[in-house]
Amino acid sequence: MGLSIQIDFLLATLMVSSTPILLAAIGEMVTERSGVLNLGVEGMMIVGAICGFAIAVETGSPFLGFVFAAIGGALLSLVFGFLTQYLLSNQVATGLALTLFGLGLSSLMGQGYIGVKPPSTGQINIPVLSDLPYLGRILFSHDLMVYFSLVLVASVWAFLKYTRAGLILRAVGESHDAAHALGYNVIFVRLSAIAFGGACAGLGGAYLSLVRVPQWTEGMTAGAGWIALAIVVFASWRAGRVLLGAYLFGGITVLQLNLQAAGVAIPVELLSMSPYLITILVLVIISSDRNRAALSAPASLGRAFHASH
Amino acid sequence: MKKRTFLASVAAAAFATAAFAGSHGDGPVKAGFIYVGPVGDGGWTFEHHQGLLAVQEHFGDKVETVFQESVPEGADAERAMTQMALQGADIIFTTSFGYMDPTINVAAKFPDVKFEHATGYKRADNVSTYSARFYEGRAVQGHIAGSMTKTNKIGYIASFPIPEVIRGINSAYIHAKKVNPDIEFSVIWAYTWFDPAKEADAAKALIENGADVVLQHTDSTAPQAAAETAGNVITFGQASDMGEYAPSPRVSSIIDNWAPYYIARVQAVLDGTWTSVDTWDGIGPGMVGIGEISDAVPADVKAEAIALRDSLASGSYHPFTGPLNKQDGSAWLGAGETADDGTLAGMSFYVEGINGDIPN
Repeated sequence: MGLSIQIDFLLATLMVSSTPILLAAIGEMVTERSGVLNLGVEGMMIVGAICGFAIAVETGSPFLGFVFAAIGGALLSLVFGFLTQYLLSNQVATGLALTLFGLGLSSLMGQGYIGVKPPSTGQINIPVLSDLPYLGRILFSHDLMVYFSLVLVASVWAFLKYTRAGLILRAVGESHDAAHALGYNVIFVRLSAIAFGGACAGLGGAYLSLVRVPQWTEGMTAGAGWIALAIVVFASWRAGRVLLGAYLFGGITVLQLNLQAAGVAIPVELLSMSPYLITILVLVIISSDRNRAALSAPASLGRAFHASH
Repeated sequence: MKKRTFLASVAAAAFATAAFAGSHGDGPVKAGFIYVGPVGDGGWTFEHHQGLLAVQEHFGDKVETVFQESVPEGADAERAMTQMALQGADIIFTTSFGYMDPTINVAAKFPDVKFEHATGYKRADNVSTYSARFYEGRAVQGHIAGSMTKTNKIGYIASFPIPEVIRGINSAYIHAKKVNPDIEFSVIWAYTWFDPAKEADAAKALIENGADVVLQHTDSTAPQAAAETAGNVITFGQASDMGEYAPSPRVSSIIDNWAPYYIARVQAVLDGTWTSVDTWDGIGPGMVGIGEISDAVPADVKAEAIALRDSLASGSYHPFTGPLNKQDGSAWLGAGETADDGTLAGMSFYVEGINGDIPN
């Protein structure tokens, strides 16, 4: 049978497959840049998945579904924010608890939605571009969320690099004491970053339940949140590399499934571990870069802040 | 001093354990269930949970049921089982192949607790195994798939390379080939029982490669949704009816019906007659059900499929009847010969005609 894989199909599904983890990862990156480690990505994703699904089914509008998915994810993340920022609870433990809570809450909320079909999220058709023979299918025939996620990555990059607010956020993440001494409201900045992360995770979850699968099934994120967390580290906390990481991971996952479907004579074990293997390889290559500072995590990551002095 | 405190606490712990063990006699029998996915997966775990609910309804106050869902196969499964045993469970059903060794390990520590492991082959004095002959259902699916495919390409989303899954692939292939010699199978090993996103991607990849029939041995309904979106693709419900996707893409299904078995085994614990057994039932005794064949299937194919189902149920036909060769061309079964349960239970080879290798 040989290599009868359709490259255009592959690249097109790559973008769809990577979007949930891309959204969740870019949100988590912003959270971590403000110095907060929120391990509850999985929980926020799945709550976003059911919020978006339920609202889309009830209103018939996928757009409203995505809006409420973001709100749902953000609300859940603010529970985490309240516990860690005001009550100074341990971020790792609270984040893990958030995942468990989110999984339970979502299956409770989703009781009536198993087996229900969501309204379809239309793919946009750009008159000329979508009809281009090759690129049309790859680049210009997706739903809006795919493009939104790309715009979001660019916006986050620009925000962190060029805006004053982005600089403050990074300052809080590097040294909350210094930022506090300069008069910035550390708690407020962090809560905003946490809510942004939650909203993005919610969007990622809703993308799974409304577009990629599309249906509601309990526990349907099946670990995507953890992959998003890993991609943030992989990306060494940079927006561009988050995009690279998410597309690399999503792409190889899709590629290996397609290679199997095409009956290519490569051992399946090798194909199945390839997403992880290549991610590790790239991580090694990135970290061997002479510019080691680029790798380092935000200095205050995971540390509690209490303005007692 | 310290040593004495330590000894005292050990004694206290031992006493507490003994008290726990003693409590089994009084009160209701406690039946525990360990699930590999969430109860709302719409497939495998959902049906086991239906079994639990049936037990609860049948026995009422005499039995207390507990369950833990989404327990990973591996070390964490031992923890979950141990916890359940410590909480006073009298019988624990562990409902996935990957719980085999954990079940045996935990069972050795709790000789008074009965264990029931689904789809495995390791038994002990307090460990039974039970499974269903899903491959009988696969034969019916293969027949419909082979009759209905137009592209002659049949996609198969497999989970893990274990005998149960390989039997299913072989059985479906043999019966598809019988009605349509031109068919080709492409198998994707997903290495998961439950990951809707990955299952959907796998289904899309198969469909893109020309498959117009997708069989699945994973637990979620995601491939059904993918097939529905693609159009002109048929699928089969796995483990559960998945009737919400009928009449098309889902044209039929294999339904696991564990309730009668669970009720019988809990009854045996109540009566004190429980012994370690190996149960392997098929369509005949009702452990495997064939979901309604929808109108998307042509009437003659439907009639043939029903006849096939009935002959499997009565035992007059065995899905693995010779002449059959192994994938490498070596002879396996002579004409009219049927496969013995031992070979089937440990099946680790494809039959002749299937492309690709089984991963180790």
